[in-house]
Formats: sequence, structure tokens, C-alpha cells
Amino acid sequence: MDGHYNLRLYVAGQTPKSLVAIANLKNLCETHLAGRHSVEIIDLIRQPHLASMDHIFALPTLVRRLPEPLKRIIGDLSRTERVLRGLDIEARCPS
Amino acid sequence: MSLKETKALEPQLSKAPTGIPGLDEVLLGGIPTGRPTLICGSAGCGKTLLGMTFLVNGATQFGEPGIFVSFEETSQDLADNVASLGFDVAGLIAAKKLAIDHIRIERSEFEEAGDYDLEGLFVRLGYAIDQIGAKRVVLDTIEALFSNLANETILRSELRRLFGWLKERGLTTIITGERGQGTLTRNGIEEYVSDCVILLDNRVEDQVTTRRLRIVKYRGSAHGTNEYPFLMDDQGITVVPLSSAGLDHRVSDDVVSTGVPGLDAMLGPGGIYRGSSVLISGVAGSGKTILSASFVAAACARGERCMFFSAEESAEQLIRNVGSAGIALRPYLESGLLRFETKRPTSFGFEMHLAHMQRELDRFQPTVVIVDPVTGFRGPDSEVHALLLRMLDMLKVRGITTFFTSLTSSSDRLAQNDFGLSSLMDSWIFLVDIESNGERNRGLYVLKSRGMSHSNQIREYLLTNSGVTLVEAYLGASGVLTGSARLAMEAQGRVESQRQLEDIARRRREIESQRAATERQIAELHAQIKAQDVEIAGLASREERRETVFESDRAAMGASRGVHANGADKTLAVIQKSPDPHISV
Repeated sequence: MDGHYNLRLYVAGQTPKSLVAIANLKNLCETHLAGRHSVEIIDLIRQPHLASMDHIFALPTLVRRLPEPLKRIIGDLSRTERVLRGLDIEARCPS
Repeated sequence: MSLKETKALEPQLSKAPTGIPGLDEVLLGGIPTGRPTLICGSAGCGKTLLGMTFLVNGATQFGEPGIFVSFEETSQDLADNVASLGFDVAGLIAAKKLAIDHIRIERSEFEEAGDYDLEGLFVRLGYAIDQIGAKRVVLDTIEALFSNLANETILRSELRRLFGWLKERGLTTIITGERGQGTLTRNGIEEYVSDCVILLDNRVEDQVTTRRLRIVKYRGSAHGTNEYPFLMDDQGITVVPLSSAGLDHRVSDDVVSTGVPGLDAMLGPGGIYRGSSVLISGVAGSGKTILSASFVAAACARGERCMFFSAEESAEQLIRNVGSAGIALRPYLESGLLRFETKRPTSFGFEMHLAHMQRELDRFQPTVVIVDPVTGFRGPDSEVHALLLRMLDMLKVRGITTFFTSLTSSSDRLAQNDFGLSSLMDSWIFLVDIESNGERNRGLYVLKSRGMSHSNQIREYLLTNSGVTLVEAYLGASGVLTGSARLAMEAQGRVESQRQLEDIARRRREIESQRAATERQIAELHAQIKAQDVEIAGLASREERRETVFESDRAAMGASRGVHANGADKTLAVIQKSPDPHISV
């Protein structure tokens, strides 16, 4: 589906950073990707074998699986403009 | 303090052997178990290879599975790089004894947006460790993180946490780091790893590379403190703790033949002591190599293992050349008793030569070693002397009987440069040129031989097609006679003895004829005695007759005075006319 964002957020347990990241991602998707995104949150504490698949070393890491190419953003996503740049999302004026 | 001495004082700190020859010796057992060890050095020093060897040896020799975390090379590259060393990385991975995790961190491939930690690394590592029950971990090289992560504050605190975490889990870890300007590592990670730091160095002096290794620190343990050369070649890493062996090596009373019967005869016990060192000095073409080869052939024939370090000739050339002198080395080479190590002296630094030699000695375990020639090593005299001294110690401490050959530029032994080697040697055989009567001949003498009597003669020797042959010495008024002068002397000797034989025969003939004359005289004297006997007998009968005549005369006188006067005159005339035939002499 063109323009659809398949995102995956890697975290490790319910750490403050994980919670901040999840909240930031939710906020960001609602603002910029409303209706054209799917988000998968992976807890590496429970699924450690998935870590090497997406070359995860830092947490939290947001991976843009679609659209191609694959993009990675590390951090708790608190710096929105960087996240948007990393995801190649045109910054829209907040409505 | 030597390594052996410190070993005795060593407290029982648990150590994980690396299985790298020599390194465990320097570390007095290995790197600290369950703690991180930092290995630093500039690019191409062998950090990655050392780390991989540590893991492979752990998996194959010590039953400790290991994880190789690579921040630079891919798993495939790593496996390929060490395949030539006989490391079956793929096989070990399949057997769950080894795991390689390539953590790819490329600055251009991600965006940093907010606070993060390296928990992902911990998760991956923890997972991999649990999968194979790893005991050993190599992080190669974690400094790649510094150039790819912008937030150094996070990185430093996370590294500290990582090393703590590894320690907590009891993992014996090797962390590699790039050498920095004036610091051990470029990003100062040595401050997080304080248990054991090993520095690898790769120095180029006079266009010759020497690899060296030094234990910078080892908390809670003694360790070798010197810089030790190490080799990195087709046989992997070998650290060579070149120690100065001192003079406490054991000595042998065994005497071994030099392979030249004439030379053996010049030495009191009939050869040289096992484990002693012999220097053969001589000018070019004096047969130093052939003499050495004779010794090798004799040793191999006794079943000894020989190693020939040749700096000038290739093995093939050497075998051919000494073969022309009737010394067959090829059979011994093929049977494995003999090994050649042919390296140009200029191809390595001195340290590397020693390191190489030590490794080969330990591997081949020879009892006889030839170094041909020691004069091939060029450099400042003091360094060459140190090299040879250490080489000698290395051989002595192993009880190896050694022939060193030394090329001299003239027959004058005082003029030659032997780096003071001669005083270190137990025996010194000097090969000289004797020039006289328009020819050059070869002379050999034993300048010294410790612990034995030896001939003081200069003996002429010949390089024949049956090896080195010493010929009988001829001493003339001006010294030893050689070559044609000797032959002339020998011929003269033969003439002399012929003359003597003739003299004796003549004398015998003379005496025999004298004896014959004497016997003749004796016969004549006997005849004389006989004649005298006859004369005596004749005189006796004459006297008897004279008595008769006298009686008859008296009768005739009586008759003349009376009866028979004429008859008496007739008898007297008969006696006067009969001379005795025997009295004529």
C-alpha cells in the first residue's frame, strides 16, 4: 500500500525510557501518520532472538520497515524533528 | 626476575589459558578468569587474530564456548581470515562452541532522536551467551562505537555498565582497542578495564618489522614485564618469551663425534661434548659448511634430530653442494631427522629471528643445530653480539650441540670480526689458508676446546669426494708443510727409507763376506796345526833314528875299532839324504 508506514519499536521491558518512547511514538503517529501506519512493539526481554535481526544495539530503536528503504531511529523519540527526518516524513504544520 | 621464579610466588588467581604458545607463559597461566582484559595496539597488530585464537582455543582445548562480537568485520570475513590457520569456525559454530555476532553500527544508517542506552547490545550478548553457555567473550573492537555514536556521555556510562555486567556474569572477556596518541587506546577505554592490559606493537626499524607484546598491567598477578617478540604467520600467533637463560644449564659428559675422524682424533676425548657450542671460523671456500654438514650427517646417522639454519644457501643448493663432497643429507631430510630453515638474515629484525628460531626449536626439538653463518647478521656490533648471546643461551639451555660458522676475511684471526663470539664458544676450530710454494692449501687447527686436551697441530685437510679428510702433518723447519711441499717431503722420505734398506743389505753382504774370510782363516790355522803335528811326529821319528844311528855308530866305531867299521858309514849317509816331505809349508 503506497504511503503506508510499517513501524516497529524495540524496547526492553517497562523502563521509563521505553514508556517515554511508546508515548512519543503514539503521539507522532496520530499527528503525522493518521490512518496510514501500523506499529509493532517488541519487548526484547521476552524475545531476545529478534534483536540481531534488525541490528539492534541501542534501545529504544524505532525501525521503519515500510516504505523501503529500512530506516532506524534510536532514542526515546523525544526530538520530534529528528524522528520525522529519520522517517522521511514531511513536517506538517500542527493542526 | 625470570618467569620461572615469579611462578613460584604466584598467588592462586584463577586464570583462563589462551592456548597461544608463549603468551600463557608470559601471563603466568593466562588472562584473569571472569574479568575483562584489554588488548590494544595499532591497526594490523593482530588484535582480532589474538581474540579469535583465544576463543577457538577455548572451544577446542579448554571446553569453554565463546562469543565473538565483531563491530567491524562480518562473520564471514572473520571465518575466512582464520581458515588458513586451520580454524574451522563454521564447524565450531555448528557445534555450538562458538558464536559470532556482527553488530553493525553505521552512523549514516540511523538517527539519534532522544535519550537511549545500549541495552540492545546487552540483550543480544546475553541471548548469545545463554544459547551456547559461553564462558569467553571477545569484543572487537568496541571503539567503533565512539566514531558512530554522537552521544559520548551515554556511550561511556554504558561501556562502564557493560564491563561491569560481563564481570558480574563471570565472563572472561577480551576487549580490543585501537592505540591512541600517547594513550593506550584512542578513546581511553583502558580506564574501564583495569584488570589486565596487553599492548601489541608493530615497529618498523630499518624497513624491518618487529612485532612485540607487553603486559602493561595485570592486577593481582605477577607477569613477565619485558617486551616479547611475537610471530604472526601461517601458524597463528606465537609469543616468544626470550629470556636470558643465564648460566645454570646442565652440562653433559657425553662425547659426540664431529663426523670427521681426523678431527675427533685431535680432540682429547675423541669428539666434542654434547650440548657444547663449536665455532668454525674460516675464509670463504674453506669448507665451513661442509664441515658442519659432516657433523650433521654423523648426528643423523646416530639418530639425532638436526636443524640447519642456513642464511646463505637454500636447502636444495646446500644438499647438492655437500653431496659433491660425499655427504648425503637428503635421506635424513626425507626421513624427517633433518630440517632446514632458510631465512635471509635481512628478512627480519634480530628479535624476529630469535623468536622464529625459538619456535622452530620448540617445535622440532633438535639435538643438533647448525647456524651457517653467524656472520650473516649485520648491524651494530653490540646488537649482533646480544643476538648471538641470546641465541647461544637459547640453544645451551636446551642442551643442543651447536655448530656456528663464521666467515673471516683473512687468515689472521685477530683481524677478524667475530662479535666477541669466540669467547662464548666452547670449542673453536679455525680453518686457515696456507699459501706457500705458489699454491693455497687448507689447514685446520683447534684454537680452543674447553674441558678437554686437544692437539696443537695445524693439520692439512682435503675436501675430497668422500668428505673432509685430515692428512698426516709434516712439520718442516719453517712450519707445517702442506700440498706439494708435503708431497715432496713425503717423496724424500720414501727415498730415504729406500736408501736405508739398501744400506742394510750392503752391510749384511759385507759382514757375510767378512765372516767367510774369517772361516777361511780358521781352516788355514787348523791346517797349520795339523802340519805342526806332523812335523812334531817327524821330529820324534828322527830322534829315534838318530838314537839308532848313534847306537850303530857306536857299534861301528866299536867294530872299526874291531869288527864292522864300513857298515856304519853307509847308514849315516842314507839318513842325511832323506828330507821330510811334510815340513814344506
